[in-house]
Parts: sequence; C-alpha cells; structure tokens
Amino acid sequence: MTDHSTTADHHHSADAVDVFGFWLYILSDCVLFATLFATFAVLQFSTYGGPALHELFSLPYVLGETMFLLFSSFTYGLAMMAHYKGNTRRVLQWLMVTFILGVSFVVMEVNEFVHLVHEGHTWQSSGALSAFFTLVGTHGLHVTIGLIWMGLMMFQLMKFKLTPDTSRRLTYLGLFWHFLDIVWIFVFTFVYLMGAI
Amino acid sequence: MLNSFIFGNLTLDAIPYHEPIIMVAGVMMVLGVFAVLGGITFFKKWGYLWKEWVTTVDHKKIGVMYIILAVVMLLRGFADALMMRTQQAIAVGHSMGYLPPSHYDQIFTAHGVIMIFFVAMPLMFGLLNLAVPLQIGARDVAFPYLNSLSFWLTVSGAILVNISLIVGKFAATGWLAYPPLSGLVYSPGVGVDYYIWALQISGVGSLLSGVNFTATILKMRCPGMKLMKMPIFTWTALCAMVLVILAFPVLTATLAMLTLDRYMGMHFFTAAFGGNAMLYVNLIWAWGHPEVYILILPAFGIYSEVVATFCKKPLFGYSSMVWASIVITFLSFSVWLHHFFTMGSGANVNAVFGIATMIIAVPTGAKIFNWLFTMYRGRVQFSVPMLWTIGFITTFAVGGMTGVLMSVPAVDFQIHNSEFLVAHFHNTIIGGVVFGYFAGLTYWCPKIFGFKLNEKLGKVTFWCWFIGFYVAFMPVYIVGLMGMTRRINHYSAATGWHPYLVVAFIGALIIAAGIASLVLNIALSIKNRNKEGYLDTTGDPWDGRTLEWSIPSPAPFYNFALTPEVDSIDAFWKTKQEIAQGKSVQKPAYQDIHMPKNTSTGFFIGALSGLFGFGMVWQIPWLIAVGFIGVLVAMVARSFSTDTDYYVKAADVEATEAKYAALRQRGASSLGDSAEDDGMLGSEILNKAT
Repeated sequence: MTDHSTTADHHHSADAVDVFGFWLYILSDCVLFATLFATFAVLQFSTYGGPALHELFSLPYVLGETMFLLFSSFTYGLAMMAHYKGNTRRVLQWLMVTFILGVSFVVMEVNEFVHLVHEGHTWQSSGALSAFFTLVGTHGLHVTIGLIWMGLMMFQLMKFKLTPDTSRRLTYLGLFWHFLDIVWIFVFTFVYLMGAI
Repeated sequence: MLNSFIFGNLTLDAIPYHEPIIMVAGVMMVLGVFAVLGGITFFKKWGYLWKEWVTTVDHKKIGVMYIILAVVMLLRGFADALMMRTQQAIAVGHSMGYLPPSHYDQIFTAHGVIMIFFVAMPLMFGLLNLAVPLQIGARDVAFPYLNSLSFWLTVSGAILVNISLIVGKFAATGWLAYPPLSGLVYSPGVGVDYYIWALQISGVGSLLSGVNFTATILKMRCPGMKLMKMPIFTWTALCAMVLVILAFPVLTATLAMLTLDRYMGMHFFTAAFGGNAMLYVNLIWAWGHPEVYILILPAFGIYSEVVATFCKKPLFGYSSMVWASIVITFLSFSVWLHHFFTMGSGANVNAVFGIATMIIAVPTGAKIFNWLFTMYRGRVQFSVPMLWTIGFITTFAVGGMTGVLMSVPAVDFQIHNSEFLVAHFHNTIIGGVVFGYFAGLTYWCPKIFGFKLNEKLGKVTFWCWFIGFYVAFMPVYIVGLMGMTRRINHYSAATGWHPYLVVAFIGALIIAAGIASLVLNIALSIKNRNKEGYLDTTGDPWDGRTLEWSIPSPAPFYNFALTPEVDSIDAFWKTKQEIAQGKSVQKPAYQDIHMPKNTSTGFFIGALSGLFGFGMVWQIPWLIAVGFIGVLVAMVARSFSTDTDYYVKAADVEATEAKYAALRQRGASSLGDSAEDDGMLGSEILNKAT
C-alpha cells in the first residue's frame, strides 16, 4: 500500500462518476416500466365486458404521435452535435425544436385520453383500462417532466452558457430523452401494434 | 368547502381519545419529542445541530444519524412486539386479553413495517455509510448531497408512521398490505394511506442510496483496488445495492398502483371490474424477496470482516465468498413465488420455485463453511463482534434449515401462514441480520467515535439476545406445527398453545433486557469515552486488515490525508507486516483536498415530502400543493447553485494529522501501548510504506 500523490483531485474526477450514476437511475426507471408492462400484460384482456382494447385505438393517430417523439430524439441529437462544437445558440435552437416536438407528442396523447374518457372508457371502467392509462400515462408523465427540465435547461444555457455543469446536465437530459424514446417504442409495440394484429 | 380545503378529511375525531393504551403511548411519544427539543434549546445546540448534522454531507455523520433513527425506531418496534407477546400470553379461553382486534391488527402491521423499513434498512444504510467509503479509500460517496437527501426522506417516512399513532390510525392489513383487504372497500380509513406514503417516501430514499453506493463502489475505489481486491463487506454491500436498484422500483410501482386503486378508483387489484389481487402479491414479493437479501448480504459481509480480524487469518475462500454473494444476488430474483405456493399456480410452477429456493442454500452453505474454516486453526479472540458471529452461525443454520424445509411445496401447504413461518423468518432476521448489524456497530464504533463500547455489557447484550431468541421463538415453531396460524389475538384453551406462548413471552422479556443493556452500554461508553479500555488512540484497535483501520480514530472529516494505493486484499495488514520487517520511512507530501460543501436542500426536500405525504393521507389540498411545489422549487434552486465545493489546504491537512499524531503519542505514554505497530498511528504506517 502506497500513497498516491497525483490524485488530490480524486473527488472531482467526477464527470464520469456522475454520468454513471445517471445510467444507474435509468436502469431503475427501466425496472419501473418493466413492472407496468408486466401489469399490462396480465390485465390487458380483463376488460370486464367492455370492448377489447385494440378496438379503442386509432393506429394511424398513434403512429403520428410516435413520429413526433422519434423526431424529437433526432433533433436532440443535433443539439448535442452543436454542443460538441461549443455553439450555444445552435444548441438552444435545436432544443427549442425538440421542445415543440415533445409538446406535440404530449398534446396528442392527452387528446387521445380525453377522447377515450368522453366515449366512456375511463380508467375506472376495467382492470385493462387501468393498466393502459397507467402505463401510457406514466410514460407521458416522464415526457412532461423531461419538457419542464428542457425549459429549465434552455434558461440555464441562456444564463450560464456552456459550462461544465450545463454540459453535464445536457448529457443527462439527452440520456433521459432517448430512454423515453426507447420506452415508447415498446409501448407502441406492445400496447398498440400487438393488439392490432 | 373552505373547511375541506384547510383540513381535508382531518377532524378532531382522528385522535383516538377513547383508546387509553394508544393515548398513553402517544402522550409518551409527544413528551419525549418535547424533552429532546427542550434539551436542545436549553443547551443552545440548535446552531451546532444545524451546521454539523442537519446540513452535513459527510457520509460518517449521515451514517451516525441513520443509526440513531434505527435505534429509536427499534424501541418503538420492540414495544409493539412486547404488546403482541403479552396479548398472546394472556388471551386464552375466557380472557380476551387487553388488545381489541382492531388495535392488535395495527400493532402487528406497524411492528413489521417499522422493523423492516425503519430499523433494519436504516441500520444497513448507516453501516454502509460508516464503512464503505473508508474501506475503498474514498473521501466521500459519489453523490454526497443525494446521500443527505436519502437520509431525510427516510426520516420523513418514519415520522409519518409515528404520527399515525396519534392522528388517525395505521394500516391493519399486515406488513405487505395485501389487497383486496388493503383496497378502499375493506380499508376505508387512513391507515393504509399512511402505510403507502411512509413507504413510498422512504423507498425513494432507499433507491437513491442504492444508486449512490453502487456508483461509489464501482467508480471511487482507490488506485490498485481491483474488484477482486475489495474488502468483502464492500462486495456484499455492492450486491445489496444492485438489488436495491433492481427491486425498489417494483415496490414503488406496486404501491403506486395500490394508490391509484384507492385514490382514483382504478381496478388493478380490486375484487371486481377485472382487477387481479394475486398480481399484487406477485409484484410485492418480486420486491420483497430480494429485500431480505438486501438486508442479509451486508450482514454476511460484516461476519466475514469480523471473523478474519478476530481469528488473525485471511478470510478462507475469499473468491468463493464473492461468487456466493453474486449467485445469491441473482437467485434472489427467481424464488419469490415460494411465499405463496398455495396460490394455486400448479405443481410444475411450484416445483420450479421450490427447487430454485433450495439451490440458494448451496451458496449460503459455502459461506458458512468459509467462516468455519477461517476460524479453524486461527487464534480466535472471543470479543463481542466474534460472539455475535458465532451466535449467528449456529442460529442461522437452524433458520436456514427450516427455510429449506418450507421450500418443499407439499410441506409448505401444511404450514403456510402458520406460526412456524413466523418463527422461521424471525430466526433468520434476528439470527442473521440483527446479530450481524450489532457486530458491525461494535466493530466500527471506535473508527467513527474514537472509543470502544464496553466489552462486559456487550457480552451481556449478546447473551440476552442469544438466549432470549431461543426462548422466544422455539415455542413459536412448536405452536406453528400444532396448527396455530399467525396474527391471531385470541385462542381456545383446548388448543394447548398457552404454555408455549407464555414461554415465548418470557423470551421476549429476556430480549428486552438485551435491548436495555445495549442502551445502557451506549450511555456508559459515551460517559467513559476518554478512559482506558474505551479510548482508541491507535486508529487500529482490533489489529484490523482493511483500509479503514489505516487512518486515525475518529476518522478525520476528509477520511484519507493521502489517497492510498493498494495491491492486495488485506492491504493494511500486508503493510503492517512489511513495516515489521523494517520497510523505509518517507515524509508524506500533503496536497489540497477537494470536498463537498454542506447543504440544507436535502433536509428541506425531506421535510416537504413529509408534508406532501401527510397532505395526501388526509387529502388536504393546500398542503399537497405546498409540499409538491416546494420540492420542485428546492430541486430547481439547487441546480442554480454553483457554490457546492471547497478545498482543504494542504497545511490544514498537515496540522490535523499532526494533532492526531500527538494524541497517539499521549495515548501511548499514558495508557501503555497495546498495539503491535511500534506506537505508530495507522496513517503514519501508511505513509511510511512507500
């Protein structure tokens, strides 16, 4: 055992540690969604005499919704490219585009929910609809939190510009945003597509 | 309208005036709180508390606070246990005992919830906080502020459980709150809501701690400490923390679904509308079974450290110990169904889970043999931590075997839901988890506080717990086999259970004596902390093997003046050997140390979450809003703060180390030198071995 004198800054070789920690959080969020997916798998046919779930959805509509989210992931990628070039203004522009795409996704989802409730298919109707609203709604809630975070991110970028702190948070938000994209692909497949075939 | 905005469902009727037992307990609790607050005010300690403890991000202090929380809650949880044992000892035949069923049901629920979530979990996180960063040569955990937040969330959960004693009631559903009983139809009151929000808030704290320690262990080890050179306690902590990350989100989601059933009229687990109560039971055990390994694995780690230190031998089979822990980690996710073989999933499914359960006995058995072989031909010192370890090996072997017995589905059908099961899991949790954590507390106490606990009283505590456990729970095994089901508060004299339950009651009294001697021991040792036999001036009171013993006691706030570098498992032991053979001396070159600054954000988020939880329980709109928005504002405000760290100057580090060295000199001259290291402080040894 010897003393290691070159690492006085040991605690602050921190960026890699921080991002690793965020990956661990994402892992835990994956398990949370896995639980909700499992619940949906168990309850999806327990409609309590109501129509089968796939009869309630419009696939083209959800496909449109999906496109908004997929493109928002792409534009977030462009924001990160601008970030690597150190161009704050360009980062802000792409974040704004991402934000608008994300809001569109949430608005479409809320619209779908409102539509279902109006037709009398609420989360109180059956176990299947409880599972549907909770799984899809939890994803929507995550996206909404991501949007609030993105608003905060844009504000901080305007205030602080690209500092080590804001850069690190951009990386976090990017991980979070792409993660939600992946979760949505599973939602689209398991909830909407698999019901349709 | 206005009334329901201000108070929600909360009315004066929520306070159970008509129940004298609850009122006396409640008044005692309130008086206790006022006594503590009054004492702090009288001694003018508010500023000190705020600056040094409430806002601290030092993992050692957070660890100490976790342990204080656990000990306080242990008193509450054990009071529940005594009340139940008393009831079962007298409520036979014509006597109905003194606890009506509605109250008795709350007590067994509170006992389970408190013991698992607010005693065992805080003790575990407390010990991890104390030892893990020191064992891996780190200055702090990966996310110090998050660590403080985790602690205060746990405190909020604990406070919610305690408030339920006097404002409203607690759940009367059993500690896992199975629906449909825990649904709105059968539990319309606030009891289950208290349960949900207490667990949800403290559960988020646990999850964050899991992330924090996994990142700490994987990313912040000192140079040279490869994974297979980590101290064994750190290994078991890593396994437990991975389990936390994988299991706690399941608990969060499951409780959230129960919440939606109760608050939004959903039908996940209801008896009608297509709900599926067995889904809840599956999900809650998908968290619950890993949870027991989250508790026991760090205890296994402590035994391993203790047995190596007090037998003066390297741990037998280090790598098999590591692999056994990893195998247990994986298997713990594949056995949850053994908690409900009687569900009716069919013989084949039951067989698979039964066999998976039996397989866990293999790595656990390997561990037991490793401990035995470490003791074999070692120089065993029968000090207190070693007594706990030997007590554990014998007791846990019994508990393990009754577990394997119940893993046979056909047998389980006979004893499912019986007192035999109750005896089994107390056998493993007391004989495994509690013994281990007490060993750990005794073992690391000098490192954190600078003094050892009293050896004689420590032995009294051990023997009371050890004997008390057998007297209390062997009769419970027997009445279980005689057909007594769990959670009953009255039975017929014709059952023949009465004598056994009286014996069990006596056993509980013996354990109570153990707890009393523990509290006495802490008080006495604090009083005598500067006397010989208590004070640790060496930094290495047990002649230890791992890095935490290489620094002074109590550990300086920056832990390591110089980041150590290691090349073997028992790094400090090896260095001591080399020094004994006359290795050369070099003057250390101190450098500035980068440290995190204290922050009050964790405390505020914890407190606001508690308000939010209380608001949700009683459905008080403004309180919910204040709690929720407050948490958001606190988090955003923290993200704008740039003033989060500072540097300790090299000169200050040198001065602090010199002070410890002087203390060491004084200790050596006034107390006589018992250590084998030529009167040197651990850190000096560390510095000399270059």
